[in-house]
This record gives sequence, C-alpha cells and structure tokens, in this order.
Amino acid sequence: MKYVDEYRSAELARGLAAEIASLARAGETVRIMEVCGGHTHAIYRHGLEDLLPAEVELVHGPGCPVCVIPMGRVDDAIALAEQPGVTLATFGDMMRVPGGRGSLLEAKARGADVRMVYSPLDALALAEALPERRVVFFAIGFETTAPATAVTLLRARANAAPNFAVFCNHVTIEPPLRAILETPGLRVDAFIGPGHVSTVIGTDAYRFIPEEYGRPVVVSAFEPVDLLQAIAMLLRQRAEGRCEVENQYTRVVSPRGNARALAAIEETMELRDEFEWRGLGTIPRSAMRLRPAFAAWDAERLYTVPGIRIEDPKACRCGEVLTGQIKPWECGVFGTACTPERPLGTCMVSSEGACAAFYAYGRLRRPREEPVGA
Amino acid sequence: MARRRVVLRDELITLAHGAGGKATRDLVEALFLEELGNEALAALGDAALVEGGGRLALSTDSYVVHPLEFPGGDIGELAVNGTVNDLAMVGARPRWLTAGFVIEEGFPVADLHRIVASLGAAARAADVAVVAGDTKVVERGKADGLYLTTAGVGTVAAGIDLGPHRLQPGDRVLLSGTLADHGMAVLVARGDLQLEALIESDTAPLHELAASLTGLGDALRFMRDPTRGGLATALNEVAEAAGLAVVLDETALPVRAAVAAACEILGIDPLYVANEGKLIAVVAAEAADEALTLLRAHPLGADAVLLGEVRAEPEGLVLLETTLGGSRIVDMLVGDPLPRIC
Repeated sequence: MKYVDEYRSAELARGLAAEIASLARAGETVRIMEVCGGHTHAIYRHGLEDLLPAEVELVHGPGCPVCVIPMGRVDDAIALAEQPGVTLATFGDMMRVPGGRGSLLEAKARGADVRMVYSPLDALALAEALPERRVVFFAIGFETTAPATAVTLLRARANAAPNFAVFCNHVTIEPPLRAILETPGLRVDAFIGPGHVSTVIGTDAYRFIPEEYGRPVVVSAFEPVDLLQAIAMLLRQRAEGRCEVENQYTRVVSPRGNARALAAIEETMELRDEFEWRGLGTIPRSAMRLRPAFAAWDAERLYTVPGIRIEDPKACRCGEVLTGQIKPWECGVFGTACTPERPLGTCMVSSEGACAAFYAYGRLRRPREEPVGA
Repeated sequence: MARRRVVLRDELITLAHGAGGKATRDLVEALFLEELGNEALAALGDAALVEGGGRLALSTDSYVVHPLEFPGGDIGELAVNGTVNDLAMVGARPRWLTAGFVIEEGFPVADLHRIVASLGAAARAADVAVVAGDTKVVERGKADGLYLTTAGVGTVAAGIDLGPHRLQPGDRVLLSGTLADHGMAVLVARGDLQLEALIESDTAPLHELAASLTGLGDALRFMRDPTRGGLATALNEVAEAAGLAVVLDETALPVRAAVAAACEILGIDPLYVANEGKLIAVVAAEAADEALTLLRAHPLGADAVLLGEVRAEPEGLVLLETTLGGSRIVDMLVGDPLPRIC
C-alpha cells in the first residue's frame, strides 16, 4: 500500500534498530514515554520492543482518549442516552467503557438508543435523518478530535440544527503531561510526542518539557519506521548533549500547528475550571466545554446529568499505568479480573489503551497469572 | 404428478403469505418451487425423503446480513455457501439443504424472487438440493427485510477424520486466498462510511477445494473456513483446542490492495474480518507443497499461500512474526467491529 509500506520497511527498520543499538549505553537504561495511545498500539502491533536493546525501555503514557474518561462521565452519558427521545452517538471504543452502572453497550441492550459513528459530522447527519429525536454526540478526545467537534458545532449553528447536541468531554494534552512530569519519583527520561495532537497544536506547544523539566521530546508519526527514528533521534540528543523539541513527523506537523483548527476550537469551546481524569484525579483547566454562544447545542445545559464522581475499582491501577509508574502486567488484576472481554479499567478497553494493547499483542513476554478466584 | 402452474401477482409480502393458507401455498409454488424445485422438495411433504446413508455431517446457520445484496453476492448465495462450506470443512460432500425464510411484512416480492433465484443458482453450483423449506412473515418493523436460515446434510466417506486433535508440531498452515474481502465488501456496501471502494465479497462454495485436499489422506489434519471473527479467531480456536501454538508469517498474509487500504483507513485489522470463500488447511509438513499445488490448481485457490506452522509452544496461542522481525500475539476478536455481516 502506497504511503504506508514505505514506513513499514523491514530494511529501514533494521538500519534504525542498529543505530539505536549503537547509541545505547550499556547498563544505562533510558525510559522513553510514548504519550499517545496510537503509538502504544503500533509498538505492540509491530512487535517493536523486540528490535530495541535492553537499555531502551518504553513507558506508556496518558494519551489514550478513551482511557482518561472517568467512570462518572460514562454514567452521565448513559443518563443522557436514557432520556426520552435521545439518541446517543459516539465512537465505537467508548461503548464498551464501564461506568458505575455498566457500559453504553449494556445501556443499549436495555433499550437506550446508542449508535456508533466514525465522526461527529456523522452524528449531525444522523440528527437530520431522525428529526423526531435529539441526537447527542458524546465527544471525547484531545486536540486531535476537538476540531472535528468544533467544525460540527459550527455547521450545526449554520444549519440551525434543532435536534443536535454535544456532550463535550474534550481534554487538552499539556495538563496531564505536567501532572506526569511533577509526579514524585518520575521514571521517564524522554518523550515521544503525540503525532495527531501535534498536527493541531504544533511542536512549539511542548517546549515547556525541555525548558522547565529538562526532558527531550521528539514528535513522531505512527508507523514502525517513524517510531524507531524518533527513538534514535532522542538517543542522539542525549549523545550530543542536547535537550529540545524535535519533529520527526515533518510530513504533517509544523511548529505552530493548524491555525484554522485551533480557531474552530477557540470559537466553539472554552476551558473548564477543572476536569476529572481517570486515574490522574482532578486537574485544573485541563478540559473544554462549549461556549455560552453554543448553549443551544450543549447537552450539559439541555439536560441534567448526574455528574457524580465515582471511585475507580480499588484493584484497578489505571492511574499508575497512565502515568507510566507501572507497566500493565504489574497491575494485580491485569489479565485476570480485568480482560478485554470484561474490563475493569479503561486502559483495557480501547485498542490504544496500554493494557489492551499489551494483552492483545504482547503478553507472551510475561508469565500469565492464574485467574482470580479460579 | 403434473403441478398446476401458479402465478404470484402480489408485489409485496403480506402477513397472509406467512399464514399457511392459500397465499402461502401460492408463494411456495410460484416462487420457491420454481427456483429451487427438485423431486424431494416438490412433494411438499412434512419432511423431505432422501436416499443416502453412512456417516452424515449436519450443520445449520442463520443469515442476517445487512444489506441483503452487496457487491459479489447476496443473502441467498451466502446462505447456501455458508452451510455448504461448514459441511465441506469436516470432509463431507454437501448433499441437501433446508431453507427457512423469515420475511418482514411489506418486503417486495421482486426482491425476494431475486434472492431465491440466487439461492437456487448457488445450490446448483454447489451441487446440493434444497429439499425442504419454511416461510414465516412477521409484522412490519419486526425483522429487517429478510432473515434466512439454512441447514445442511452431507455425507462423509469412511476414514475421514479431521479436527484440531490431529494437529502435530511441525504441521503447516495454508490459506486458500486473500483475507477480509467479505466483511469489508459488506461494510463498504452499507454506505454509511462514505467510503467508495471496489471490494467484492468472496462468497463461494468450497466443496471442490476441500474435496481435492481430502485426497491427501492422513496428511490433511484439519480445515476451517474463517468466517466471523476472521483468520485470527479461527486459528485461536484451533490452537486452543489442540493445545498447540500456531505461528504466522506476516509477510505471507494475502490482502488485496483495496481491502488493505479500506482496513487501514477504518483502523480495522484484516485478520479479524470475515471471509466467506476461503479455507484454512493444516497439513503435515511433507505434504505442504502438494497441498499448495492442489489449492492453486482450483480457481478459488489461485492465491493460496503457506501461512505458517504449528509449534508445541506457547500452548494455545497464535503468534505473528512481524515484517519487521518482531513477534506478537494474535488474540481472539473481542466485541464486534462489524455487526451483521453474514
């Protein structure tokens, strides 16, 4: 496949793996966090860890949009789906995330009208096709997906769409990164910056990481050759005594990002005072809500949602997985009480979740534990 | 006995067509007997009487595919090929089918006719007779157009014993052609992804392909058609049942360019997408070349490949050796990314 195969070339990968091996220093482990769940998925899907020397350790980060949604927000979405006349539309992964009262998939089985869509524009089209219902789009994601929601809101306003609304859960990437960087006993030496978020916000947005926290960043694309090149670039920075933001994904990402996408977000959304993140707790000014000008399409204003904070299950250590403090298999319920079929935590749901990716592709490398209670 | 020729004038299916009275009789005679007719069916008895004996294979499957017609096939053809293939995979010669129709009130008779004609053509192509059937009509809104159930009976020659229990470390795993054509064809045909691609379903009867492999005798260990859940799920079931590992070579996986591109755009792994005209065969290592030649000699096996091998460890798992030289687990499908594809 053109424009894909080139980035999966075994020959290029071998060359980069050799370069990484030559840059690794014996006995000196470098812990590199890939911020984005898309990277986590690619690393496991292509078996990239097999190509890395023992001194390079990959740590999975918080950038899985499904994984950071707290259980209480899932319950709010279920409450919206159960409102008379409401059709809730969302991305497929979000349907299996467990809240305090089960998942949206279970709510659908109980009779709620929940539909899977590939984009918020599909949800708006659904609203046009179902004039007697109100279609509420359960919006999630970082700056990657926020512009699509923003553009949909602008179109809804232009069309004066009477039966469409957005339940906004968009989050921003900088606050959780700062939260991780300020974690006592931080185990991360360098960052692979998220690719798709950066197409929107640009690479300059990460300058605080080297400048304030002394960690290098390389923004990377998602194919295996891209990721290996990003790792090599990080090791080269170390070898040359540099600590800066570099861009591996130059074919799409620019220093300043996408001005039009940012303007669309700015026009439709504003920062919330605070937002609860799964496993990271409440972080000030870390998420978006709709501006008052879009109140007519704001599900949080149109409906009353419970808005209750629900504690994660005690055994679930998603928070530590999301901040790179533990690896998926170090969680006591990984692969036993928590599996992709019956997930306890969000990291086990999305294919971008570190636990799901490790369970699906990588658990070979660790002994499997006996099922709890078996 | 000469049969009075009945003409069906209705344009839409009504509840009367399922009530068991005259309208039902007209539908059966004018449409089903016309398209599927054979001696056993024409008797219209409570049960069909057929000649045949010895070891029998039985299978049944319900079809709820949406849309009913898609590039490369339709629900009628699918309902024949699906059941024929299930029989063929255990080494049976498919012989007889039954077909049960659940039709939604208001369904156009012309559409039903087209689908039944397609079912009849598929049955003739697979050399099976549809010997019994049933029609029910449900109220509008209680079914999505048409659901179809077929059951099949096949005869199995003496000495044929295929199954995961016959797998041995060192055996080779073969695949008869490209992956994910059916599932992606149906998904694209739904049109709600605003994706245009020329992808055709691979629905086809595999009885000849399977029969040619049974000529390998004991060297043929096992066959399966990887339908829902795709290759990954089928192989996981085999590995688990056999208590052995299946190791695949990523570079060998055959996927058509358009299918690969559609999967890439939608974030779907072709390993998990349904096929309706492909088979997996596990054969003894020394018979692998011959098996590949046999498969490639048939038009439905022209793209056959050697996909991997059976190993003793790690027990019950499927592994993929990636193009880059890494390896990973290939797990079973969790959830259903593409509902109602067959």
